[in-house]
Parts: sequence; structure tokens; C-alpha cells
Amino acid sequence: MDANLHLDAPGRNGTAHVRHLTRRFGPADARPVLDALDLDIQPGEFVALLGASGSGKTTLLRTLAGLDPVPEDAVVALPRPVAVAFQQPLLLPWKSVWRNVALGLPEDARGDARARAEAALAEVGLSHRLDAWPATLSGGEAQRVALARALVREPGLLLLDEPFAALDALTRLRMHALVLDLWARHRPATLLVTHDVDEAVALADRVLVLAGGRIVLDLPNDAARPRRRDTASFAAMRDRLLDRLGVREHAA
Amino acid sequence: MSPLLLVLAWQAASTLGLLSPRTLASPLQILLTGWGLLASGELPWHLAVSLGRVAAGLLIGLSVGAGLALIAGLSRLGEDVVDAPVQMLRTLPFLALVPLFILWFGIGETPKIALVALGTAFPIYLNLFAGIRGVEPKLAEMGRVFGLDRRGLLRHVVLPGALPSALVGLRYSLGVAWLSLVVAEQVNASAGIGYLINDARDFLRTDVIMVGLVLYALLGLLADGLVRVLECRLLAWRPAFVRS
Ligand SMILES: Nc1ncnc2c1ncn2[C@@H]1O[C@H](COP(=O)(O)OP(=O)(O)O)[C@@H](O)[C@H]1O
Ligand SMILES: [Mg+2]
Repeated sequence: MDANLHLDAPGRNGTAHVRHLTRRFGPADARPVLDALDLDIQPGEFVALLGASGSGKTTLLRTLAGLDPVPEDAVVALPRPVAVAFQQPLLLPWKSVWRNVALGLPEDARGDARARAEAALAEVGLSHRLDAWPATLSGGEAQRVALARALVREPGLLLLDEPFAALDALTRLRMHALVLDLWARHRPATLLVTHDVDEAVALADRVLVLAGGRIVLDLPNDAARPRRRDTASFAAMRDRLLDRLGVREHAA
Repeated sequence: MSPLLLVLAWQAASTLGLLSPRTLASPLQILLTGWGLLASGELPWHLAVSLGRVAAGLLIGLSVGAGLALIAGLSRLGEDVVDAPVQMLRTLPFLALVPLFILWFGIGETPKIALVALGTAFPIYLNLFAGIRGVEPKLAEMGRVFGLDRRGLLRHVVLPGALPSALVGLRYSLGVAWLSLVVAEQVNASAGIGYLINDARDFLRTDVIMVGLVLYALLGLLADGLVRVLECRLLAWRPAFVRS
């Protein structure tokens, strides 16, 4: 940890900055999951990361979240604090909803914890469930609590690891709108990991494709939000991404 | 047959002389004897002595058991040092240690309390250890992402997560505590419910023996009720409680 302290400062202008990140599991000659990966995310930028299952998306996110050590020769400099929402809500079942959210507060802000948790929960539309136990929440509600817990940190970098994957289609669409709304209001640099191409095209400023341990495609998308999914440009972008992911929609 | 019918039949058999008081006293006689012992202050005294032994033994046993479980549960080194010996000792029926305890501690209060302590340490150890190790690792990771240090993880994630198991252990420990008490009080006691029963045996007083047995049963029920109340209050977040 100490050895990497000099890498811990945010990149220039608060940019999230990843250079030469290599990660392999097992023997030293095993094919790396992440292979000298480079990645930049501008302040306030919404980036979506697409990749086939097993391509290393979660591995990258875990390193950014500080759960896995940064290799010696890599550079990882992130705007702090970092907040994460995982695929499962991972709420502590023995804490009421608002206390789960308060857990997200940085140490120095725990004084007015209740008020700040309440405010965050109001933003995700859960003011009426402050004192509920997590076991009584629906899947969508639990995921909104997890979002509130991430937002209450006022993160410089928000990491989302397939947070909508376990939700039904209707709830997922509502969550898309909610996340865009929250992002527009708080403007954290956001990295959304997903395997849903439509989701990536609908939400992000920039869509990346991870394959072979590197970013192999980087498509900007400056269409105005909210984005209609039935336009020609939406379809064109979706096709390019699917193509790069090895999925051919238009059979010959 | 309902229990009430059984008691009535029992009373009838005693009244008609089919059941000798030397075999089993009548329910009415047991009630009267119980009342007499209560009024004379004899019963409360013996009860207090027995409760004192259980309380002292439990305090020691639960502290030691929980302490060892924390050491073994929270560090690999602790597990290596603590868990293997405890698992080995566990296979020994601890009541078989009574003769050794008498040699070591004499025949006073010490061996009785020690037996209760030994018996109660195992269930709390085993369940708390399993509870700590069973905490969802992803919850601990989440805690780390949100900046919890070791102490914070212990307080917010590990200990609350292990609590349901710990309470199961507590319930078992309480059960074992009464069992150990019964055995311990067979050994040269001069007070306590066990003494009351032993003394009554020498005088063929089945009514007094029955009063003692009923008391043991009531105390066991009470202990179980106490754990149940604890569970309702401490585990209110569990889906089973939430939905009911
Ligand atoms: N702790 C680990 N030990 C061994 N292999 C792992 C570990 N974590 C991930 N992997 C492997 O790394 C690859 C990438 O995994 P992951 O990052 O979870 O993919 P994704 O999130 O893109 O589906 C997979 O082949 C997976 O089996
Ligand atoms: Mg993944």
C-alpha cells in the first residue's frame, strides 16, 4: 500500500487515470486478464464499459475500487472518494435502510449522518422506507438504496458493476432514468460496466469495449439525452459495438 | 391423551392405592410439598444456590468460549492455535471429567462451577466460530470499499452477521448448563436443587424429588424463553421475523 501512495493522488485536473494495468490469475505465464490496459475518464464523464462475460470487466473495477492491489508497474490515479454499486445491492441486512446509506458517508461526515442519508434516499425516491429492514425491499428498491449509499459519499468516481443486470426489464428502464438524473445532478466521473449494448448506448458519453485485456474500441456518443432507441444513429452505434463484441446481427 | 387427563388418572391411581407413594407421590401431594418447601424458605434457598452456580459457570464458560471463538474466527494463526485442540476436546463427553474435577478442585463449589463452565464453553465456541466464518465475504468487501477499517468491519459486518449463530450457541449453552448442574449437584452438595433431590432419595420422599424435577424443567423453559426474547429483539431484521 505505502509503495503505491505516490500513485494515489488524482490525475491531472481530477482525471481518472489508468496506465499499463496488467492482471493475471494463476501462473506467471498465464494469459493476463488485463493486459497493459490504459484508461482515462474525464471529470463528470459518463463512460460505459462493454465486454463479453469473462473479459475482465469486474477485475478492472475491483482494482479501481481498491479491492485488489495495484501492480508495481501500473499507474492508477483516481479522483476520490470512489464509490461502488455492485450487481447485488449488498446491503447489511441488520441495518435499517438509512443506516445502510449512512455507511457510505466518509468518516469525517458521520456527524449529521441521518440528515444526509435522508437526503440521499429522497433523491432515489425512497423517503418512505428510511427505517425499513433491507429484507422487506424489492430488488429495485434495494438497488436504489445501494445507489443512495454510493451517492452520499459525493464520489469523484462512481463505479457501477452491472447494477441493473438482476432487475426486470421495466425496473431496469426506470433505473436508467434515475441514474442519468443523479449523474446529471452530482456529476461524478462514472464507469458503468455492463453487457447490455443498448444500455451502454442509451446512457454513456463514451462506450468502450474490453477484449483481450485491452480497450479495443472507444466510441464517443454526444447525442442529447434522453435518447430514443429507434433512431438510425442509435442503431448504427449498436451495430458497431455488437460487431466488435463478435455478435453479428445482420446475417449474410 | 391430554396432559390434564394424565394427571387426573395419576391422581386417581394414587387415591385408590394403586400407586404407592414410595414409587411416585400423587400430584396433589407434590403440590402440597412444593408449597410447604416454598413457604418455609427452603426451596428459595436451594434455588438461589443452584442459580448462583449456573450463573457463575455460564459467565465463565460463555466468556471463555466466545473469547476463543473470536481469536480463532478472526485470524488464521488463532484458528491454528485454538481450533484443533478445542475440536479434539469437544469429542470427549465432558461429564466424564467429574472424577478428575473432584481430584483437582475438591468437593466444594469450584468443581460444580467448573463443570458448568466447561460444558457451556463448547456450544458458544462452535456456533460463534462458524458464525464468524460464515459471514458473506462480499459484505466485507463492500465494507472495505466504503472505507471501513478492521474495527469497523468487526463492528458493522462480522459481529452482527455472526449474531444469529451466536444466539443458537447461547441456547445450547443454557441447555448444557442445566444438565451439568444436575450432574454436578449429585456430587457431595450440601445445598441446591440437586442436594434437595439426593437428600429426599435417602428418605424415600418421591414428592420432594418430583418438586426438584419440576423445578429443573421450569428453569429450562425459562432459559429458553429468555433466549427467544433476545432473538426477537436482536434479530428483528431477519426475514423470518420481518414477515411475521
Ligand atoms: N480471483 C480470481 N481467481 C482466478 N481467476 C479469476 C479471479 N477473478 C477473476 N478470474 C478470471 O478472470 C477472468 C475475468 O473475470 P471477470 O473480471 O469477473 O470477468 P467479467 O466481469 O468481464 O465477466 C475470468 O476468466 C475469471 O475466471
Ligand atoms: Mg463481472
